[in-house]
Amino acid sequence: MADLGSVVVPATIFFILIFGFLRKVPVFDVFVSGAREGAVSCFDILPSLVGLILAVNMLSASGALDLVSSFLRPAALALGLPPEVMPLALMRPVSGSGSNALLLQLFRDYGPDSFVGRVASVMNGSTETTFYAIAVYFGAVGIKKTRHTIPAALTADLVGYIASVWAVRLLFL
Amino acid sequence: MMNYIWAGMILFSCICALLTGRLPELSDAVLSGAASAVQLVIVLLGMMCVWTGLMKIADAGGLTKLLSRMFYPVMRLLFPKYPKDSAAMRAICMNITANLLGLGNAATPLGIAAMKEMSRISKRPAEADNNMVMFVVINTASIQLVPTFMGTLRAQYGSAQPFDIVPAVWLASIVALGLGILAAKLLERRDDRLG
Repeated sequence: MADLGSVVVPATIFFILIFGFLRKVPVFDVFVSGAREGAVSCFDILPSLVGLILAVNMLSASGALDLVSSFLRPAALALGLPPEVMPLALMRPVSGSGSNALLLQLFRDYGPDSFVGRVASVMNGSTETTFYAIAVYFGAVGIKKTRHTIPAALTADLVGYIASVWAVRLLFL
Repeated sequence: MMNYIWAGMILFSCICALLTGRLPELSDAVLSGAASAVQLVIVLLGMMCVWTGLMKIADAGGLTKLLSRMFYPVMRLLFPKYPKDSAAMRAICMNITANLLGLGNAATPLGIAAMKEMSRISKRPAEADNNMVMFVVINTASIQLVPTFMGTLRAQYGSAQPFDIVPAVWLASIVALGLGILAAKLLERRDDRLG
């Protein structure tokens, strides 16, 4: 099962190529023209990524995460979240590598099969790096007014965290 | 809104660093933040080329059309603006497929391609329309069928059954995604009323 990840990518590429070949697509020529478009749009997202990653790195270096986590401890308890996962919940929407580092720390401290380890796994698995996606997708097309994107996406994250605790309790306790 | 959040993150960091005496670490973070963004884009550059190239093959062969027909009954409700078989709808469906398969590296380039299609036919280029917001909200939720990366991490740290969390992940994902879509729909109506 753990090897599944290494099967999906080659299988997808194989399938796309076979399909294109059977439909008589000049596969290499088409690939190159598509890759050129990809290269161009990649540079469009650089400025917004620099801004976002700068802010995330400053947040984690300043100790702000721990400060906010301890401040939000009563709120975590009220929502039924174990306080240990609070830094992860705050980091998850802004940084994938940052939240993975916090997740592994929780695995080391509590073990992946503990209640905290399971809640952290489900939280990380059922949400995405919200601000990264917003910065990349809107940055790529130069959108400045994001309208109701952030409130709706953060609602999904918060609900995801609460549902994670609820799902672990339901299925494991 | 991004303006306030971004400024808030940075200003708050400066104040926290001052209070906790971590100003040296903070100035290091400014340098490393800029550098790691560029590194990330270089990694992404390769992935963008590979997956937009493959997407173009899938598009030319009619594979994206097949996929978008398969997903159309659901997508029609979420993205009412784009007709069946339109370029935007095909790109959206490729992105959703990559997300379902857990191809994170492919989902981002395909999602950017979809955003480009959507913005091409948008009347106000600097403003997200309801369909774009819905698309980004779905992409900020996780809809991966098998969370392989999570399973691998759990296995590395000695989990007895690394994949026993999968049903719980599905439950939490469905609830989060459903509420995210609902929130987007509710807020979108309010925006319309305000004009």
